[in-house]
Amino acid sequence: FALYFFLPPPAKYGGRHTVTLIPGDGIGPELLNHVREVFRFSCVPVDFEVVHVNSALETEEDINNAITAIRRNGVALKGNIETKHTMPPSVKSRNNLLRTSLDLYANVMHCQSLPGVQTRHQNIDIMIIRENTEGEYSSLEHENVPGVVESLKIITRNNSLRIAEYAFRLAREKGRRRVTAVHKANIMKLGDGLFLQCCREVASGYPDITFDSMIVDNTTMQLVSKPQQFDVMVMPNLYGNVVSNVCAGLVGGPGLVPGANYGRDYAVFETATRNTGKSIADKNIANPTAMLLAGCMMLDHLKLHDHASSIRNAIFTTMNENRLHTADIGGQGTTSEVVQSVMRIIQSKGQLTAEF
Amino acid sequence: MGSMQTVTLIPGDGIGPEISTAVMKIFEAAKAPIRWEERNVTAIKGPGGRWMIPPDAKESMDRSKIGLKGPLKTPIAAGHPSMNLLLRKTFDLYANVRPCVSIEGYKTPYTDVNLVTIRENTEGEYSGIEHVIVDGVVQSIKLITENASRRIAEYAFEYARNNQRSSVTAVHKANIMRMSDGLFLRKCREVAENYKDVKFTEMYLDTVCLNMVQDPTQFDVLVMPNLYGDILSDLCAGLIGGLGVTPSGNIGANGVAIFESVHGTAPDIAGLDLANPTALLLSAVMMLRHMGLHDYGNKIQTACFDTIRDKKVLTKDLGGNSKCSEFTADICRRVQDLD
Repeated sequence: FALYFFLPPPAKYGGRHTVTLIPGDGIGPELLNHVREVFRFSCVPVDFEVVHVNSALETEEDINNAITAIRRNGVALKGNIETKHTMPPSVKSRNNLLRTSLDLYANVMHCQSLPGVQTRHQNIDIMIIRENTEGEYSSLEHENVPGVVESLKIITRNNSLRIAEYAFRLAREKGRRRVTAVHKANIMKLGDGLFLQCCREVASGYPDITFDSMIVDNTTMQLVSKPQQFDVMVMPNLYGNVVSNVCAGLVGGPGLVPGANYGRDYAVFETATRNTGKSIADKNIANPTAMLLAGCMMLDHLKLHDHASSIRNAIFTTMNENRLHTADIGGQGTTSEVVQSVMRIIQSKGQLTAEF
Repeated sequence: MGSMQTVTLIPGDGIGPEISTAVMKIFEAAKAPIRWEERNVTAIKGPGGRWMIPPDAKESMDRSKIGLKGPLKTPIAAGHPSMNLLLRKTFDLYANVRPCVSIEGYKTPYTDVNLVTIRENTEGEYSGIEHVIVDGVVQSIKLITENASRRIAEYAFEYARNNQRSSVTAVHKANIMRMSDGLFLRKCREVAENYKDVKFTEMYLDTVCLNMVQDPTQFDVLVMPNLYGDILSDLCAGLIGGLGVTPSGNIGANGVAIFESVHGTAPDIAGLDLANPTALLLSAVMMLRHMGLHDYGNKIQTACFDTIRDKKVLTKDLGGNSKCSEFTADICRRVQDLD
């Protein structure tokens, strides 16, 4: 196993990074507390600036504070902020506002089958790149006449080229061989047609990578019967929502997969399926894996690779070798039991750790 | 033994004609009291420049009220709206109903699937209204109206009640599309008030997808706007074995109903006697039940499922290497034996 030694990190302010932390609602706060616990225990040189966003308020002051904090720190780790239906439609989703204000245009999710988790399908290894700022999530709606509502889906050439470029660059970087664009251009001829055309243009600049396309309804059908056929997938916002949730379900559920939102200047990490999990909050039964792995993705982003690997390996050992599972993947472990196991494994590798 | 009832048959493109022939053969073997009136559906430009279906097809459907349809091709960027969309608009087929039940004898990773997706079929994201605002910026309009939302919700609850289903779940994304999906959801809630005997729940589209692939048994009747319905109904079809075995029905205003196979035209195997007629056949069974001819429907369905379970003459997509005609002949034989 690897010998860990400490490289001086390229951090600001005395070698330590400051990261914005937004607890959110539901299971967010408790899972993020566990992340902080594990980080503190492993002596990770990251300080969290906690910013609360109250989802019950109609004003946008809270979310604007959070956005400013992220602009300042450049990186954030967040739980999901609930969107209450009782509020008027003018109160937009806080999560969406955050993504669009910071122009976090690429949502990236890596779905891999885990050996320790029992699922109907095996050998899944799919990277999903989802356009994160426009499409159906433009929040442009109006009611011209009472009882008739229009919701605008916006597709632009710039953003489509941008996300396609991101997908191909990532595919090349990770040595992946095939990119599939998911669309519904047979019905939305102009909108999705434009998206598809942009993907094709970008694809021509990457002759080493195979490019094909698939209609979204066929894609979901293929995913539940033969998910192994997919490699890298790129798509507009809403289809990304559907496909990423289907893939997360296929590899074991929302508790396992981390997600990242990348922009040109900022990066925000969270669980891939963005669930609030209200019904299981504060019961010590939520699966901490997704959020912990999101924390590891964040550490990789900060170039703290040793810490990221050490925590990640401890998580996978707990899951695949010790088989300590929470209820969502068929086990009986509690959240804290899983977290304790992770910390114990980190300690056993002989690294510098704080008090237990 | 009732009198013959007329059904408008639209064979469609690609493998459409051969699977339609298969269904007609099986119906003949079952001695079902159906008289087929074949019509073709292509997009033609009517007076005033609007796209429409051929007048003789429309006249036949208006008269018979019941249709059975094979796959129609929808090429990308052809200049006219999708044929299926045109049919829906012509007959105001507002509800697309897809019962997804696991087929015993055709194994998939998912067993015990038993749900129904009811999809609003006239508006939503498929309004067909798109514009290029400026070069490189496209706007597609999703339309949600109070009337269409109420109508589909009412249909869903009626269906649940008439078919002894215990719950209806509205699928939406009202957290993001606050106004449009919000309106849809509100109408579902209002209608639910009049159907207290049916349990009503709401669930985000992504949560439904997440849960559906982990445990589909938790779902019963699902009602939703157009796009989500399109995606989810295909997802559910995938759970039970794909579009080759999934039936579908479209319910319209004025008592019109068109039942169809929802798979593609499969141009690569068209005319080669390799197609699987199961989807069209099961849709035809759905049609018989809709017409009150339950005995014939049950007989044909039993014969079909027995053939599949027996595994001796399966088409390629079902895992065998028999021809369409052999598969059809086997079902015909069983249907006659069941008499």
